[in-house]
Amino acid sequence: MASQNLQSVPAELSPEEQERERAGQAYFDRIIAEDSRIEPRDWMPEAYRRTLLRQVSQHAHSEIIGMQPEANWISRAPSLKRKAILMAKVQDEAGHGLYLYSAAETLGQSRDKMMQDLIDGKARYSSIFNYPAVSWADMGAIGWLVDGAAICNQVPLCRASYGPYGRAMVRICKEESFHQRQGFEILLELSNGTPAQKQMAQDAVNRWYAPALMMFGPPDDDSPNSKQSMAWNIKRFSNDELRSRFVGMMVEQVKVLGLSLPDPDIRFNEETKKWEHGPLDWNEFKDVLAGKGPCNAQRMERRRQAHEDGAWVREAAAAYAAKQAQKEHAA
Amino acid sequence: MTNPNETHSKETPWPLWEVFVRSSRGLSHVHAGSLHAPDAVMALRNARDLYTRRNEGVSIWVVPADAISSSDPDSKGSFFESPQGKDYRHATYYTKSEGVKHL
Amino acid sequence: MTSEHSTDFAIEGHGDISVGVSGAGASGDGSASATRITPGNALRPEDIALEVRRGTVRPGEDVAEYALRLGDDALILAQRLGHWISRAPELEEDIALGNIALDQLGHARSFLTYAGAHWDKSEDELAYFRREPEFRSAHLFEQPNGDFAVTIARQFIVSYYQFELYERLTGSADATIAAIAAKALKEVDYHRDHSAQWVLRLAGGTEESRRRIIRGFRLLWPYVDEIFEDDELTARLAEAGTGVQPSTLREDFDRLTGEVLAEAGLAGEYAEGGLGLDRIPQSLGGGRRGKHSEHLGFVLAEMQVLAREHPGASW
Repeated sequence: MASQNLQSVPAELSPEEQERERAGQAYFDRIIAEDSRIEPRDWMPEAYRRTLLRQVSQHAHSEIIGMQPEANWISRAPSLKRKAILMAKVQDEAGHGLYLYSAAETLGQSRDKMMQDLIDGKARYSSIFNYPAVSWADMGAIGWLVDGAAICNQVPLCRASYGPYGRAMVRICKEESFHQRQGFEILLELSNGTPAQKQMAQDAVNRWYAPALMMFGPPDDDSPNSKQSMAWNIKRFSNDELRSRFVGMMVEQVKVLGLSLPDPDIRFNEETKKWEHGPLDWNEFKDVLAGKGPCNAQRMERRRQAHEDGAWVREAAAAYAAKQAQKEHAA
Repeated sequence: MTNPNETHSKETPWPLWEVFVRSSRGLSHVHAGSLHAPDAVMALRNARDLYTRRNEGVSIWVVPADAISSSDPDSKGSFFESPQGKDYRHATYYTKSEGVKHL
Repeated sequence: MTSEHSTDFAIEGHGDISVGVSGAGASGDGSASATRITPGNALRPEDIALEVRRGTVRPGEDVAEYALRLGDDALILAQRLGHWISRAPELEEDIALGNIALDQLGHARSFLTYAGAHWDKSEDELAYFRREPEFRSAHLFEQPNGDFAVTIARQFIVSYYQFELYERLTGSADATIAAIAAKALKEVDYHRDHSAQWVLRLAGGTEESRRRIIRGFRLLWPYVDEIFEDDELTARLAEAGTGVQPSTLREDFDRLTGEVLAEAGLAGEYAEGGLGLDRIPQSLGGGRRGKHSEHLGFVLAEMQVLAREHPGASW
């Protein structure tokens, strides 16, 4: 692994700088080889920093944009208990966004700039949040399938080589333990309810199943960055590996729900010992990623509006703090 | 770092604060994470709202992130070398007294 | 009255879930963790529901009517505040307003569960299947969120009022009312602090923020008298020692809010840059008698739509 990195020392550096770069790289390589953790002030290859910054900030944006489809149902939650649970969950997502922005900030980018990039359409977020949440059962399907897929992705990220990212993920995984369960229980309740409720639940599972599977990212042979991320111990398992594990879990859980997955091709491959699923529409995935999803414009507009509407409040608090500091200074 | 062509707002962003939480009496404050707040008063409240939603703490410290000085990561080898190999600082070094009661 | 915990939030049992962390990156020794989570052990709506089912608590009609008022105020406010989550001026504030909304929703559920025991109705039957004139919320709670300044002005008035109210109700002769108030008191104490901090910042921040907070107060102050209005029900409850006459809270409310408004430089006449509160005409109110603002109908339409589409369903 060390050999590939030597070439990353730019030639225009002075001999001393080149030496420092080499020493930094060697130190970095050793930490990664030992499966230890890189911390914010450590030397790190620029590509590692950029990759992480992109991944962590995208993850943060996904939490923040992901609040919207669920916040959409807080006011209409059909029982007060469900209203409280949903509110707490959406609020958690704001918290998770905050933890992740903090982790990304240690890589040298301000949250302000990340937020601005999101609003300016320069940053990506998980494209599943560009689908609409049109029924109450979607709250169940999002919790069960979308959070379920997210948790599958996130548990290995607790061991990501970048310390602040791993620590943020530990906290998030602990808190999210209720997110998937509450979704599952919404669906269970609906499935055991009236025929109309059960229909609502099945319809939601049908709509969220494929997008949830696509949350793991493109197939391994079409995921150029995965290899490097795995070499850097950011990613621990490949997209297809995680997707297959997830399918295996869902196959069992859906039985408890008394519902079905909209995929007749699911099977356990005895040879590879892996779960397989039917074909996914990767063209749709790319289209949604490219902004053609049903809610892309709406989600961005809502975030932009909240940010802009809040500008005078943020300015007021900053101005007040400056005045108070001045007063204290004078006293 | 800032591109002048961007529609970057002119507002001063709220500063970054590091948050330390004491999970129960008798234990130390432990770093929990960070957040943004306009001043210390609001930083404490934001920390309460963000980092103790699930009874994680009974006391909170907030510190402006830029007020923290830390050891130089480049010198970690020499900075932390001295304690290496000084086994005699640890009880386990003294094997002959092993098995003696109350020692 | 507190509980064996089978919480809805499913924290117990896997509160300290293993996430496969080893070596570097783990959160240090187990005891000094900043992420150890517990559900705590406070009075929850579920505890009251349990007592109701067991038949150990059941309010008389007056207390039930009273609990309905308190519950409706908190419910409508929670419904309003919940709208801010994902729309607040800063992410930290999404979380702060979310916490306040959850506190209010908790109080609403406790009061409504208790009130419902008198009519053999659940919190949800009361929340979702009453018609607008059957609600007992005061107009202040029904007012739209407006901008952040309007929401803060509403929070400021509400939390100072609720603090005085709940403080006295901790001494209620009705043990359940007293217990709900005791839990709520500590929470609205924090709501007071949150709103006061923001009143100071908005009033003393920029010209724009000051203009907005003044407008917010002037928009909402007309609904202040209504929450301190006595009527026959509160007179009977005060007599019985189970409730309080709202008018008796006014002096402390005026004094404490006055202190914050003075510090914020808002206490003076409107012409002199203050709020000029003394001259703001007071609205007629009527919420306690089921005469509501124009806004409540929309709040209820949205809140109740799904539940009413599936009457009798369980969620």
